[in-house]
Amino acid sequence: MSETRATPLGESAHVDTAVPTAHLSVLPQDPRPGALFGRAFAYWLTVYRRTWLGSAISSFLAPLLYLGALGFGLGTLVNRSGGGIGGVPYVEFVAPGLLAATAMQTAAGEASYPVMGAVKWQRQYHAMLAAPLGTVDLVLGHATFILVRITLACAAFTAVAAVLGAFAWPLAVVGALVAVLCGAAHAPTIMAFSARQDNDGNFNLLFRFGIIPMFLFAGTFFPVTQLPGWLQPIAWATPLWHGTTAVRQLTLGRPDWGEIAGHCAYLALWLGVGLLVAVRAYRSRLVS
Amino acid sequence: MSNATRSWAQPIVRALPIPAGAGMARMLVERNGRSVRTFWPTIVSGFFEPVFYLFSLGVGLGTVVGSVDAGGGTVVPYAVFVAPALLASSAMNGAVFDTTGNVFFKLKYARLYDSVLATPLGPRDVAVGEVTWALLRGSAYAAMFLLVMALAGTVTSWWAVLTLPAALLIGLAFAGVGMAATTYMRSWQDLDLVQLAVLPMFLFSATFYPLSTYPESIRWLIQITPLYQGVALARELALGMVSWTTVNHVAYLVVLGLIGILVAARRLDRTLLS
Repeated sequence: MSETRATPLGESAHVDTAVPTAHLSVLPQDPRPGALFGRAFAYWLTVYRRTWLGSAISSFLAPLLYLGALGFGLGTLVNRSGGGIGGVPYVEFVAPGLLAATAMQTAAGEASYPVMGAVKWQRQYHAMLAAPLGTVDLVLGHATFILVRITLACAAFTAVAAVLGAFAWPLAVVGALVAVLCGAAHAPTIMAFSARQDNDGNFNLLFRFGIIPMFLFAGTFFPVTQLPGWLQPIAWATPLWHGTTAVRQLTLGRPDWGEIAGHCAYLALWLGVGLLVAVRAYRSRLVS
Repeated sequence: MSNATRSWAQPIVRALPIPAGAGMARMLVERNGRSVRTFWPTIVSGFFEPVFYLFSLGVGLGTVVGSVDAGGGTVVPYAVFVAPALLASSAMNGAVFDTTGNVFFKLKYARLYDSVLATPLGPRDVAVGEVTWALLRGSAYAAMFLLVMALAGTVTSWWAVLTLPAALLIGLAFAGVGMAATTYMRSWQDLDLVQLAVLPMFLFSATFYPLSTYPESIRWLIQITPLYQGVALARELALGMVSWTTVNHVAYLVVLGLIGILVAARRLDRTLLS
């Protein structure tokens, strides 16, 4: 028995609904969990080699359009009335924000629909678990692929922003690395969320009440201090604010290394704890 | 389907003014209305997105930007300037999303229209029904947003009441074009092309800063885009700066919407009945 389904975002899937998966957990697995994550990573990379063009608009073009419209268009207004933000021309203020936000959005896009698709629609995870791979391999392999996607998006944005003169060179390279960490910090938590979903309805809520508000309020377009007092602590707690703040110091060429280390440590915490949570989520959804 | 839902849904959808030649379109609208119960959080959460944008740009960024010349020497706070533009662009986004992604899914994957055409409904009913549905949804969002605009103090004129029908008109224009575009789509990858048209319009149609920011030589390029027409219409109404230009915006959007629906209906005749 089989049926064809489609995701609202994309790929149609041929789904074998009659294949039992419960027995998969008793297959012999590599003694060291995670040792085979490279196999899972290679799978996602192979798929991406054939489909990368489709992501070009959302990951490369969209952030640059935002930079053009806000940095240069809106920037003329900001610079005219207030001399930029804290003496910084608006395009230089907003560009690092957009870089960190692009990293987050790439992570969120790759860790949501594709993860649920691999559980439910296309079921690649089930195929992988039928091989000697375990849940740790699945999580690490997919997360590594997401890391590659974030890195590509950040590299493209950084190159263009530097050419346009919005970034201080060469510290912007370090800024781009911090932005990659910022994206990576978001990925595993969202993977864990996605692996537990039964349909894509909650993704709308994830984006509308998580990703988009962070994009709008966590320091991308204006300093968090402009927000009402009660909102500021919420903004400070978001990983995006830490990413944006650290990236901004670097691309402006005024790093406070102690502060940046603190922000990076917070992001690394999200990444590490997120990976543990993701492994648990995958295990409970796919194996037990 | 519970009887309770049926009792409130039916009178509303049956009372809709449906153009001649598409007598059964209301049945498709009713079908869409009934299917809402399976994805209502998506519908409800749609109210929040433009509101978040309004507060982020109007309140957060507004203090940084200060006041803006809305044209004709009228200087207004940034929130007042940007709010009608957000109303117009969310009307566009909603209509485009509904008539491209959602309709494409129903056309190619859910095969909804194959079963619709097995009933007395025809392709024209499908086109008019889907556009009507997109408009209903869009007007609900626009009404809520207008209320938030008023509560936030960004409405300065009684003309602003007319931004509601203006948002409907913008939705109609883009829903027509979106339906027409969908009949040409081959795969989900083509949805990226839709984004390629929608996103630059959202960002560059004098949405976030006045037209005068652009060099004189490229202003015409901005002015011929449909979203610019919508944004200008909504802004002129919200700020009470009504003139003959306002009528031009309306005419532009009416013509665009009619062309879109005609093309969509013709194309659906061909793709669905062949």
